[in-house]
Amino acid sequence: MKKNLLLLGLVVILAIFPLFIQKGAEFGGADGEAEEAIGEINSSYEPWFSNIWEPPSGEIESLLFVLQAAIGAGFIGYFIGYARGKHKSKKTESPSKHVVNR
Amino acid sequence: MKTLNWKVLYFIALLLFVPNKASAMHIMEGFLPIEWAIFWWAVTLPFLILGFRSIRKSIKENPETKMMLGLSGAFAFVLSALKIPSVTGSCSHPTGVGLGTVLFGPFAMSIVGSIVLLFQALLLAHGGLTTLGANAFSMAVVGPIIAYLVYKGATKAGWSFSVAVFLAAALGDLGTYIMTSVQLALAFPSEVGGFMASFTKFAGIFALTQIPLAISEGLLTVIVMNFLKKYNVSELKALRVLTKEAR
Repeated sequence: MKKNLLLLGLVVILAIFPLFIQKGAEFGGADGEAEEAIGEINSSYEPWFSNIWEPPSGEIESLLFVLQAAIGAGFIGYFIGYARGKHKSKKTESPSKHVVNR
Repeated sequence: MKTLNWKVLYFIALLLFVPNKASAMHIMEGFLPIEWAIFWWAVTLPFLILGFRSIRKSIKENPETKMMLGLSGAFAFVLSALKIPSVTGSCSHPTGVGLGTVLFGPFAMSIVGSIVLLFQALLLAHGGLTTLGANAFSMAVVGPIIAYLVYKGATKAGWSFSVAVFLAAALGDLGTYIMTSVQLALAFPSEVGGFMASFTKFAGIFALTQIPLAISEGLLTVIVMNFLKKYNVSELKALRVLTKEAR
């Protein structure tokens, strides 16, 4: 578990680090930049199709993103609980000292 | 110290309030000329069929691995919802397909990845339906295939399971974005310098941004694998991820 926490810490550092070295950057999306690049290369290109539905506001968009993450995280949580529970019940059949480490 | 705190607050505020265009990786709706959109759809379809068969086979042989498949999907869902800032000053998100690839082989994730992309195209105006073929090809076909080859190669070379998983997930993620750059460069060759000039430009946007995220994705995948190694040994053996030698 210690090792996992260490790895998780690394992930957090990797995510925060850019905020410090890129002072004042916009942190917009990479695909927005790609859009500009397309404009530079071929200024006459017009998108020929647009999204059928767009989130009406940034708030709604973030809601949907959160929902996506929550659905996924919910299942992962369920899976972890299920796997640990199953593992534990197997352990209790054969008496051995199983310490739940957290 | 005080100024540092203010800076952190400022950046958090910036992240929260600066309206950002739908960020990250996918080629936006309508941004591939129609012939390319159709071409990538055609290339992707056979892989979807392969993926469907591969999943069916896995579940038939090992019904107990259904939960693992769910986990692979959930992992991809969470990771592709996380828009993480990168050293280039823009944001992108990981793909999360490496985990399922190591567990279920290179083709199973074509379906899972496409489902994630479809969700984002329909509900988040992120990516699109016309570009879904191309996006699925990069994230759900090429990414997993690269991840799979790296994983197999690293295992053959005798590297540890964790290292193999890390490299597979990280390089698969990076490969996805390089493929996206290739697709855009093919559709929009530069007048001066043609395909290569365009590719350099797009890769500068996508692939560079992705490097720290690829590392993050690798680390997160290893964390999940560590858990599975501890609590789901029987399933891993059934999927032939772990051989007889535990650890």
